[in-house]
Amino acid sequence: MTINTLLVKEGCPQEQMACFRKMEKVIVAMQDPDMGMKMRNQRLLITVIPHAMTGHDIITWLIQKYCISEEEALHLGNLLVKYGYIYPLKEPRSLVLRRDESPYRFQTPYFWTSTQWPATELDYAIYLAKKNIRKQGELMEYEKERYSLLHKRINHTWDFVVMQAREQLRASKQRRKADRIVLECQEQAYWLINRPAVTCQRALGRNRVKSSNCLEGFLKHSEQYQNHDPIMQGCLPSNPWISDDAAHWTMNADVVPVPTRLRVERWSFSFMELLSDTMGRKEFMTYLEKEFSAENLCFWQACEEIRHGENSRISEKVNEIYKNFLAPGAARWVNIDSKTMYKTLEGIKRPHRFVMDDAQMHIYFLMKKDSYPRYLKSDLYKNMLAKAIVPQETKKSVFPFMRRQRHSSPSPAQAATQATEEDGRVKEAGQIAEIVSAQQRIRAVRKTL
Amino acid sequence: MYWICSKSMATQELQINESLAHLKTESESLKTKLEEERAKLHDVELHQVAEKVEGLGQFVMKTRRTLKGHGNKVLCMDWCKDKRRIVSSSQDGKVIVWDAFTTNKEHAVTMPCTWVMACAYAPSGCAVACGGLDNKCSVYPLSLDKNENLAAKKKSVAMHTNYLSACSFTNSDMQILTSSGDGTCALWDVESGQLLQSFHGHAADVLCLDLAPSETGNTFVSGGCDKKANVWDMRSGQCIQSFETHESDINSVRYYPSGDAFASGSDDATCRLYDLRADREVAIYSKESIIFGVSSVDFSLSGRLLFGGYNDYTINVWDVLKGTRVSILFGHENRVSTLRVSPDGTAFCTGSWDHTLRVSSSFSFSLFSVISLSPEVLLTHCVFFFFFFLQIWA
Repeated sequence: MTINTLLVKEGCPQEQMACFRKMEKVIVAMQDPDMGMKMRNQRLLITVIPHAMTGHDIITWLIQKYCISEEEALHLGNLLVKYGYIYPLKEPRSLVLRRDESPYRFQTPYFWTSTQWPATELDYAIYLAKKNIRKQGELMEYEKERYSLLHKRINHTWDFVVMQAREQLRASKQRRKADRIVLECQEQAYWLINRPAVTCQRALGRNRVKSSNCLEGFLKHSEQYQNHDPIMQGCLPSNPWISDDAAHWTMNADVVPVPTRLRVERWSFSFMELLSDTMGRKEFMTYLEKEFSAENLCFWQACEEIRHGENSRISEKVNEIYKNFLAPGAARWVNIDSKTMYKTLEGIKRPHRFVMDDAQMHIYFLMKKDSYPRYLKSDLYKNMLAKAIVPQETKKSVFPFMRRQRHSSPSPAQAATQATEEDGRVKEAGQIAEIVSAQQRIRAVRKTL
Repeated sequence: MYWICSKSMATQELQINESLAHLKTESESLKTKLEEERAKLHDVELHQVAEKVEGLGQFVMKTRRTLKGHGNKVLCMDWCKDKRRIVSSSQDGKVIVWDAFTTNKEHAVTMPCTWVMACAYAPSGCAVACGGLDNKCSVYPLSLDKNENLAAKKKSVAMHTNYLSACSFTNSDMQILTSSGDGTCALWDVESGQLLQSFHGHAADVLCLDLAPSETGNTFVSGGCDKKANVWDMRSGQCIQSFETHESDINSVRYYPSGDAFASGSDDATCRLYDLRADREVAIYSKESIIFGVSSVDFSLSGRLLFGGYNDYTINVWDVLKGTRVSILFGHENRVSTLRVSPDGTAFCTGSWDHTLRVSSSFSFSLFSVISLSPEVLLTHCVFFFFFFLQIWA
C-alpha cells in the first residue's frame, strides 16, 4: 500500500482504515504523558515552537517501546511521517524521518487522514488561494499548475473561494504568532499528503460545461452533416434501398480511383473522419511522406493494433514498435517529449495493452494540431476536392413499376481471405526488398573502406 | 451470560441499523447535492437553443425490404460494415446472416439455446457473435464453404452467471464487450476467451450497451433495470458518469454521432438525451399518446433524427433538436424489439416479434422528379396507360 494508492482510491476503503487505526494507536501511545515521548520547545528561526520532538527521540522511543531494531524503527517512523501523523518543521516538503536533531511535531487529529472527509477540490482551492494572497509567488510549480486548473474547473464558485481565503487569513492574523505558525505547518503538512489527485474525478467537483455551450454543439453538428444524411436529404446517385441500384455503394467503396465530393468534404470535418476513412488515411499518409513525417501515422497505426489486437501478441508488437519507432537510432524515430518517452520506456519493461497510450495520444494530437490543418490547406487535398465527382441523380426508369434487378455483392468474408493471401505475398516481397537494399548498403560501405 | 450476549448483539444490530440509516440519508443528501451542482450550469433548454433552426416537415417513411425466414420472435440484429448485410437472432435459437439488399439468406446457425438476445457483426465482416440464455457469448467465423457446419468452428468467448443481454465488437475482431443479466459488463479477448476487464456498478440486470465513437475510443455506456445509465472507462473499469432520470428499465442506449451525448429508450415510454459534458439530461422525447415502452433507439447519420422502436408495434421518428415527432411508421404486427440505422445512414432495419425484419427509408417522391422526366418517357407512359385502360374496358 503506497501513498499513491491512498491518493488514487476514492475515500477510505476498509483495509486502509484498519491501518490508520493501528497507526493512530502508536501515535496516541507516543503522546502518553507518562510513557510517551519527551517533548521540548524547538526553535524555528526566531520563534519557539512548543511540543516538538527530534527525529532521534522518535526513533529511540520506537526502539524501546516495540523492541525492534533501529532500521525497523526508522522504517516505521518514515511511514508515520508519510501518512501525515508526524510532520517535519524544517524542510516541510521532504516527508522523511531523519534520525538527527531535526524537529518534528504531531499532526492534530482534525487533520488525520482517517477523520477528515476526502479532501475536496474546494478546500484545496481555498488553501492555495490563501497561500497566493499571503505571499505572491510562494506557490510551488505543481501548486501553480493545480491552482490554474482548479481556477478553470470550479470557475463558477471562484468568488466564494477567494472570499473564504481572505476571511481565513484575517481570522488567523488575530492569533498569536506561534499558534499561527503551528496551524500553517499543520495545514501545509495535511495538503502535502492529501491534495486531491487531478485524475480523480469526484462527482461533486466534476468539470461541467454550461448547457448553452454544449447544446450549440448539437446544432453545429446537425448542420454540418445535414447534406450527408441520406434519410434526410437523399443521396446521389440514388438511395440503393429505394432505387434498387447499388451504384451509391460502388462509388463509395473503400478504394476507388476517384472519390465523391461529399466524401472528400467529410475529411475536413474532423481529424477522426479523415483517419476512419481508408482512402482518407492513405491520402494523408501520402501527404506526410512528402513532409517526411509519415512515421507519426505509422506509429499511431501500430499503437492502435496493440490496443485492439490479440492479447497473446502484445509483447511481440510492443517490441516491434520499440525497434522501429522508439529505440535510439531507430529507422523511423518518432518525436515524443522526454517525460512521455521515459514513462513509455519504463512501461515497455512490463508490456501491457495500454503501455503505448501516452505516446500514442501525444503523436495523435501532434498530427491533429499540426499536420492535419496543413493537409487541408495543401494542394494535394485541394486537387482531390476538385477532381472529386458529384454523381448524377439517376433518372427514373421508363417503367417505374418494374423493379430493377438487385445485384448481389461478394461477401466481406471472401474479400478478407483474399486480402490476407495478398497481404502475405506483399509482406514477403517487402522482406525481400529489405534484404536487397541492406545488401546494397553493405556493398556501398565496403566500397568506401 | 447468554442474556448479556444477546443484549450486546441487539445493541450491535441497533448500531448497524442506525449507521445504515445514517448512510442512506447521507447518500440521499449527496444525490441532491449532485443534482444542485448539475443544475447550476444549466442555463438554457435544448428546444430553446434550437428555435433558430429550421423545422423539418413531416417525413414519410416506407418499408423497402421485408426479410422473412425466422420461425419465431426476432430479438436482435446488427449491420455489417459493408452497409447491406445484416445478422439477426431470434427466440427459436437461429442466427441468420442476410444480404438485406437482395433479401437472400447467406448463412444460418442454430444455437444450442433458445432466446438468443444478442448478436453482433464483426468489423471485418468475417464473423458474428451471439448469445442469450446460455449465459455465454460465442463467436462464429463465417465460412464461405456452403457445406461446412458453422457451429463446428464456434468459439466460446464470454461467460456470465446470467443471460447475455447485449454484445458488441470493439474496433476490431479481437475484443468483445458484453452485458448481462448478472448486473455486470465485461470486456473479453476473443482469441483466448480471457476476461480483460469487468464493470461493476449496476444494481440490477444490464440490458444494453454502446461504444463511444471518440478519438481515444475508451468509453462505453450501459443501461439497466436499475433505471441507471452508466458511462464506463474501459481501461480502468471505473464508472465515470451516471444518470438516473428514467422511471423504468432502460432497454436501449445509443451514442450521438459526435460522441458528446447519448440517447436512451425505456419502458416508461420516453426517449431521453443526455449530454456528457454538461453531465445532465437535456431532452425528453415523449407524447401523451405514446403509452408503450421503447425497446430500441438509434440516430440517423447526422444525428438530427432519433428513431425509436416501440412495444406498440410502431416506429416513431423524433427531431432531436426540437423534441417533436416527425414521423410514425406502421407495419410490424407485433412489438418492435430491435432497431439499427445502417452504417452509411441510407436506411434503418427493425426486427420484431412478428418474426420479420424490415428495412425502411424515407419515401422520396417529388413532383419535381415527375416534371423532370423527359418528353419521350412521358409519352411512353401515356401510351402504356391508354392500352392498359383499353384492355380493362374491352
